[in-house]
Amino acid sequence: MIRSVQLTPEHLLIAPLLIPLIAGAFMLFYDDRRRWMKFGLGLISVLAMGAVSWQLLGRAGEDALLRVYLLGNWPVPMGIVLVLDRLSAMMVMLTAFLALPALIYAAAGWQGKGQHFHSLFQFLLFGMNGAFLTGDIFNLFVFFEVMLAASYGLVLHGSGAARIRAGLHYIAINLTASLMFLIGVALIYGVTGTLNMAELSQLVPHLTTAERPLFHVGAAILGMAFVTKAAIWPLCFWLPRTYTAASPPVAAILALMSKVGVYAVLRLALLFFAPQGGASAGFGGPVLLTFGMATMVYGAAGVLAVDGLARKAGHIALISSGTLIAATGVALLGGGPRMLGGALFYLAGSTMAVSALFLIDEMVTRSNEADPEDAAREEAEDAARIAAAEELEWGPMGLGAVEDDDAPAVALPGSLVTVGTLFAALAAVLAGIPPFAGFIGKFAMVSGLIGGASEATSVPPVAWIFVFVLFASGFAVLLALLRFGMARFWVAIEDRPRILVLEIAPVAILLAGLLMMTLLADRAMTLTLTAADGLLEGRYAATVMAVRPVDPAAAPEDDSRDVAP
Amino acid sequence: MTLILALAIGVLIGSGLWLLLRPRTFQVICGLQLLSYGVNLFIFGVGRPVVGAPPVMQKAGFVDPSAYADPVPQALVLTAIVISFATTALFLVVLLAARGATGTDHVDGRERRP
Repeated sequence: MIRSVQLTPEHLLIAPLLIPLIAGAFMLFYDDRRRWMKFGLGLISVLAMGAVSWQLLGRAGEDALLRVYLLGNWPVPMGIVLVLDRLSAMMVMLTAFLALPALIYAAAGWQGKGQHFHSLFQFLLFGMNGAFLTGDIFNLFVFFEVMLAASYGLVLHGSGAARIRAGLHYIAINLTASLMFLIGVALIYGVTGTLNMAELSQLVPHLTTAERPLFHVGAAILGMAFVTKAAIWPLCFWLPRTYTAASPPVAAILALMSKVGVYAVLRLALLFFAPQGGASAGFGGPVLLTFGMATMVYGAAGVLAVDGLARKAGHIALISSGTLIAATGVALLGGGPRMLGGALFYLAGSTMAVSALFLIDEMVTRSNEADPEDAAREEAEDAARIAAAEELEWGPMGLGAVEDDDAPAVALPGSLVTVGTLFAALAAVLAGIPPFAGFIGKFAMVSGLIGGASEATSVPPVAWIFVFVLFASGFAVLLALLRFGMARFWVAIEDRPRILVLEIAPVAILLAGLLMMTLLADRAMTLTLTAADGLLEGRYAATVMAVRPVDPAAAPEDDSRDVAP
Repeated sequence: MTLILALAIGVLIGSGLWLLLRPRTFQVICGLQLLSYGVNLFIFGVGRPVVGAPPVMQKAGFVDPSAYADPVPQALVLTAIVISFATTALFLVVLLAARGATGTDHVDGRERRP
């Protein structure tokens, strides 16, 4: 079992980090006006990432083992490790798949409305892939910061007072969350003396009663940093505002970024407080479940209350995050692998759908300002502010607007019908109407939750509450999007919006992905179920700790502490 | 020393938090700076600091771990300082841009109506 891990260094495992890093850095050497060259480079990078992630997923799937990459060939608890299991392979693949449409959409014009879009985009992918693959909590912090630093730049991309205002809040909140991350990491290190996730997972059951409360405090503060990123009520008010203000391609990739927070909670909670984890088993489960459900309720109320598709999409992103955090809580309380597998399926499907909704938003609302005068006034105000800002020479700071007129303008015939059809399909996915991916994920969650519990005991009441909130939030999304769609598409429209092929293609790609998830649901579900099994059976820690440096002659003496019984 | 360290962290974090919740962007950035100082000291503190013990060990010979300070928290602090410095610098640019674009230094981009 361990022998096959020892074989050769799996250098492919570091490729998802190196590809975007090198591509992004390489772009910095060239002037920003050569954006088509940069776009090509970005496209190659994303496609290469996709190919690598496909390969990695194949490797993670070929047997039950995880792949471990020792950075610098240091022995395990001393050095930083990259760990690939099915969950991280799935998330890396999702990153590549979501990056492609966002990049193509940006090529339709947004790439030229600011500076260094493509470099920042690649660094964002670098940070996300790193967060998914790392096996060390301080390294996780570093990758979070890389990702956040790139996202700060991207949120401000396109300039304008609204973006700067939203960006200011976004940066302040995330800086504060990062400080909490550090406090949590420091406390955990102070108690256990290690930062390696696998070693921590083995140490937690053996903590003394004096150390355990401090470890719990550290983990809780660390969790606060993650749920701020995942936007869990009451730490979620920044999300709809920021994502609405950000340009559509940026919002589309940020939809995945909030899932990085969910991923971190899922990964660390199940490593530290897994059901078999001794006295700490299930710690945080009730809190995650309660606040996850509160987020779903808040998101559902919000999606009904707010105007504008982008704001609705922001609230749908909240519902999606809340569902996953609540599902993590259920898993910690012993919800079983079938429920978790369904949740992972839902994660992929809902992230893709929310991302597509952010992309379609601008096309749907184009030339449909409810009050044209109001919109014109706002636009004029914005323009005046930008002009005033440029007078003060903000341009050199990289915040001035750069106009872009060289985007290919291939308009799509029958645009409104196409957009309307795509919108309807997305609404169905997001609401969880039967034949689509959203329904399959939710159904698998519910059937795992209720079916798993009925074997031994009756279903606990809290599970019924979760199921009710799950379907109620889906219903709220359906209602809100139907109402929006009727007001938008079922009216006589005089001026047909001009929609470019480059803009519609990304949405079509995402929908094609969702369709594939539906048609090949058995294979996708098998993957997510085995990923959930891998998370719950607790082989991660033992496998990572058993890895030895590659060349025995050059490796130093193994001084790893013997902690596992 | 423990008391002084604990008091310093408490004062830094307390004043940082108060400033963070103020309505002016400059106060917010000062608050974030103070918070990050406090957090850095805190990381340093969890490594069980000892007076007069170097964190870097000699290259050869017998090493007595009790004669040295734990080097890992110091490495963490170094990384945290660099990252918080960089992100604060970026925040400063956004702060200036917000001042330029909105004409006010209120965090909401507009003055609150009395």
